Amino acid sequence: MEHQPAVTPSGADGIVETIFRIESPRIIAGVTRVVRDVGIAEELAQDALVAALEQWPRDGVPDNPGAWLMATAKHRAIDLVRRRERYARKLEEIGRDLETTVPFEEPSDPDDIDDDLLRLVFTACHPVLSAEARIALTLRLLGGLTTPEIARAFLAPEPTIAQRIVRAKRTLATKGVPFEVPYGPDREARLGSVLEVIYLVFNEGYAATAGDDLLRPALCEEALRLGRVLAELMPKEPEVHGLVALLELQESRAAARTGPSGVPVLLRDQNRRRWNRLLIRRGFAALARANAVSTGAPGPYALQAAIAASHAQAYTYEDTDWRQIATLYGLLAARSPSPVVELNRAVAVSMTDGPGPALAIVDTLAAEPALRDYHLLPSVRGDLLARLGRTREARAEFERAADLARNERERDLLRARAEECR
Amino acid sequence: MPRYLSLVRIDENNAPAEGPSPELMQRMGELIEEITKAGVMLDTAGLTPSAQGRRVHWEGGQLSVTDGPFTESKEVVGGYALMQCKDMAEAIEWTKRFLKTHEEHWTVTCEVREIAEG
Repeated sequence: MEHQPAVTPSGADGIVETIFRIESPRIIAGVTRVVRDVGIAEELAQDALVAALEQWPRDGVPDNPGAWLMATAKHRAIDLVRRRERYARKLEEIGRDLETTVPFEEPSDPDDIDDDLLRLVFTACHPVLSAEARIALTLRLLGGLTTPEIARAFLAPEPTIAQRIVRAKRTLATKGVPFEVPYGPDREARLGSVLEVIYLVFNEGYAATAGDDLLRPALCEEALRLGRVLAELMPKEPEVHGLVALLELQESRAAARTGPSGVPVLLRDQNRRRWNRLLIRRGFAALARANAVSTGAPGPYALQAAIAASHAQAYTYEDTDWRQIATLYGLLAARSPSPVVELNRAVAVSMTDGPGPALAIVDTLAAEPALRDYHLLPSVRGDLLARLGRTREARAEFERAADLARNERERDLLRARAEECR
Repeated sequence: MPRYLSLVRIDENNAPAEGPSPELMQRMGELIEEITKAGVMLDTAGLTPSAQGRRVHWEGGQLSVTDGPFTESKEVVGGYALMQCKDMAEAIEWTKRFLKTHEEHWTVTCEVREIAEG
């Protein structure tokens, strides 16, 4: 522990890496525009980092380190493109054709950096890649996470993630995915693909057991940061703000979601004083932005955010406006029907119309293949049966739910509920 | 990803009388936009002079209220930035960039503190 005030000189250890981490998404984006290949762009960005590590400790950190790194990386990119062009011309002279020639482009001016960053987002989240590949590439290129960090967060072996990233870059190159923001008829689907990546990253962290590895819950914050960046890059897209609102509101409950020993705490039992008011306010602000730029009916993310907002507005569980929540789930079910949405609607209905009508909804889901291994179906059903006084059936459901739960602590909770039904 | 509160402290007695120049406001505005676009800035604001402030003190079971300005303090908080960063080093880098938007005749200290979670 340092107790003496120490003045850290510029160019000290770690400063270069910190600056690089802040700047790298923009540098990779700017360089990709020149070389049209995210893999090569990432290597050139790394070259610029190496140059900085050599020069800055000796000459001091430049006044505008981001611009320095960008200029260095782009300079190398332009050299590379020129070499390729010369090579292509030489081949032409001897009557052969090169498969791919990259047109040389003037480097963009600083105002274009945002556009390049947005192009990079759409490229890393391109639907030609699997969801897994999109997630790994996005965290790497835009989140600035290292391969080991991604591997740890996803509980996957490092070589697997490294392979996944290499293959993703290769796929983008071989399929000739253009480095652009889609404006055509496929724009909505392409944006959906981007939002899905951020949502999946968040959920990976959200579903993780707290405490066994901090990198997993940290995925929630990575996703939130990516969402906040995207909201500034695409301020006119209501669903981007809808997603950010949903994540801000979900994250506001993080401190209350687990008890001292890491036991999950149900919404009903959470200490709402531990909900983060700043994040709740930000969630409401994002939802207001979504509504302000929306021209039609609210999209699925905005609807889910509205549901989360409804919960956030209740200072106690008893204050929850279940009728509003049930209505919102109804809208969501009409907009993007899914068994999980229907299950959640059943929970809200049970709070307004009682467990009977809710059980009727749940029983229509019994045969849903999508919910076959979903522990929350028997868990909700058990809860409804218990409230109807059908304890023996309830117990069987809680036991089934416990067997299906993938999270140790959730399993304990469900076993305890089963025990109560004696 | 921890949250950091940067408390911007200035010596009101020796701050430039004319206040921040339009150029400084412009540079600061651009930087704040950049920090927001990086998904880092959660909230930021400048405060009115301490002459318009009040201190409420609790001691020995008694409350007392003192009007500003707080001349006995060398530096008073003149603004704040609440940021979410990967680590302290990142918070410090953004803070340095904030300080560098000021002209040389300014003396400003940013006290960067991590917010206790949980």
